[in-house]
Amino acid sequence: MDGDLSLQDKKDLDKFIKFFALKTVQVIVQARLGEKIFTRSSSSPTGSDWFNLAIKDIPEVTHEAKKALAGQLPGIGRSMCVEISLKTSEGDSMELETWCLEMNEKCDKDIKVSYTVYNRLSVLLKSLLAITRVTPAYKLSRKQGHDYVILYRIYFGEVQLTGLGEGFQSVRVGVVGTPVGTVTLSCAYRTNLAFMSSRQFQRSAPITGIIVDHFVDPPFNSQRPPTMGHPCNYRAPDDEEGGPFPGVQDSQEVCTTSFSTSPPSQVSEPPPTGQSADSSGSWTCHSHCEFCTERHRDERRRSLTPADPLEFLNTFTRKVGAFVNKPNAQMTTGCLDVPFSALIPRVLESDDVDPLVHPPDSPPCPSPLQASLHSESSEGSGQQEDFVMVDFRPAFSKDDLLPMDLGTFYREFQNPPQLASLSLNISSQSMAEDLDSLPEKLRIYEKNIDEFDAFVDMLQ
Amino acid sequence: MNCRSEVLEVTVEARQVEEAMLALLHTVLLHRSTGKFHYKKEGTYSIGTVGTLDIDCDFIDFTFVRVSSEELDRMIRKAVNEFKDALSNSGSDGMGQISLEFYQKKKSRWPFSDECIPWEVWSIKVNVVNLANEQERQICLEKVGEKLGEKVINVVEVINRHEYLPKMPTQSEVDNVFDTSLKDVQPYLYKISYQITDTLGTSVSTTMRRLIKDTLAL
Repeated sequence: MDGDLSLQDKKDLDKFIKFFALKTVQVIVQARLGEKIFTRSSSSPTGSDWFNLAIKDIPEVTHEAKKALAGQLPGIGRSMCVEISLKTSEGDSMELETWCLEMNEKCDKDIKVSYTVYNRLSVLLKSLLAITRVTPAYKLSRKQGHDYVILYRIYFGEVQLTGLGEGFQSVRVGVVGTPVGTVTLSCAYRTNLAFMSSRQFQRSAPITGIIVDHFVDPPFNSQRPPTMGHPCNYRAPDDEEGGPFPGVQDSQEVCTTSFSTSPPSQVSEPPPTGQSADSSGSWTCHSHCEFCTERHRDERRRSLTPADPLEFLNTFTRKVGAFVNKPNAQMTTGCLDVPFSALIPRVLESDDVDPLVHPPDSPPCPSPLQASLHSESSEGSGQQEDFVMVDFRPAFSKDDLLPMDLGTFYREFQNPPQLASLSLNISSQSMAEDLDSLPEKLRIYEKNIDEFDAFVDMLQ
Repeated sequence: MNCRSEVLEVTVEARQVEEAMLALLHTVLLHRSTGKFHYKKEGTYSIGTVGTLDIDCDFIDFTFVRVSSEELDRMIRKAVNEFKDALSNSGSDGMGQISLEFYQKKKSRWPFSDECIPWEVWSIKVNVVNLANEQERQICLEKVGEKLGEKVINVVEVINRHEYLPKMPTQSEVDNVFDTSLKDVQPYLYKISYQITDTLGTSVSTTMRRLIKDTLAL
């Protein structure tokens, strides 16, 4: 079989498949970062844009992909898989989807490697870009950060779909025939997301190895197990550091950018008369590699870091009951585990009047709101022992995947400051004033009775 | 050579028409655009790079990918807005169809003008519904998002059959195959046309309306 393929074609084909696999992984992981992706079109080729598509290379992702491939290429029985999973702040995890790049035995001997296969792989990558925004995990990944993160894991070998639950669906992104087999790209995704609301996640096993992530300190107390995966968030390294993976840059190969104008005819068409039948394109190599450009890196830093790392950490390190009295009523920078927390100004005034912190002995309770606050404090006042995080599901919230927005809103605004008009002293004073001014007001209204009647008539 | 024809059908609210059309047309154009060709001597050419951009829809729970080219986006938006206006002017229960046709030019001798031979036509049939209350609109927002996702999968399926595509042209012929007027990308030659169907009998539109309302009923 390989004997029919010229040496140059075989070399090119291997290179195409290798870089197709790497770019596939980049597209999938970047689509799960939680932000919108933007790359610029460029009319002049740069030499590093494989398949004529501007797809950035996140060095860590390339490194992981190369590590998984370990010098091999996707082949028959050896598939490259990218598994996307979700992990909550409590450590529960759930597989959401598995993208598979497979090769089967169906060969297309007549297809031209350097031209048709390359272009079809480019179209397949575009299809992957489109399909990654359509599967259910995309919407989940756009909302990640507060209560859960999205992780990815790359593995090579046999496809494992058991973690996707019952009734998972499959979508085929596309196929490209080559002389050594047919490349197939597909995605199997979980449909049973109701799993999450019943909290029947698999508990993560105690970890042995460490997956170092260079970007954000692990928000959870436990470290991730080797089978868990990497977070789909990324902060570009500073220029001076040179990135955590300098080796990756050195080994990056440049892509071919030149084509022949008299390319081989399409597979189904006979060669046209009057034109020279060139059987292979001509290639030129450039010696220049390029990763993220400066401006893209800056954009990335702004857009890809979690909105506020402090807040992000804070939401995960707090582990207290829903109604316990805790000094910081607002979910901002009040956590004592934060370094330099002493330098952060605290909102002490609200603490002093916060009824949860200092519940009065005999609450006057002029309003139902205050009454409910006090009753909450009686449940959890004083002790700060071991509390289990109660799953706070506000009433009437939509039975969605995670009713977090309403819950977060409710938690944040649970302890508003007291209304001035509700305090006894002020209200009693104003009542006396009102009573005094009442006769005067009545006199004025009786004088203007005609105006009021005319107004009422106008409304009818 | 036969022209490949694909039909997609969507049912949307009036305010969703624009985004639904943009989503589908841009998805097709993403696959039918390449980088700019630069011809060099010795009969070789190099191809520029196509960038992409995620667009979140405001009235549909959906995100789609389009080519990073403001010029192309402007042209598509112009056509979609004309279609949208024509639909709204036709009446509240509008039905219409917008078509994206890819063609090749074939030079003819004088005095005949060049022939335009279509090789692929995408037709999107649109049914516009009016919804009574906010709850129904909310359901519609998500349902239309899901439907659009299915349509994107359909588009990708057709394109990945890798059926006929025009041959890569020589420098002198490039304008017969590609639209070279844009400065950053090069789509295949295309034209967008639309028609508003108001010749349908009332019974059909009433049935459609009833079907939609039944689907949306809680």
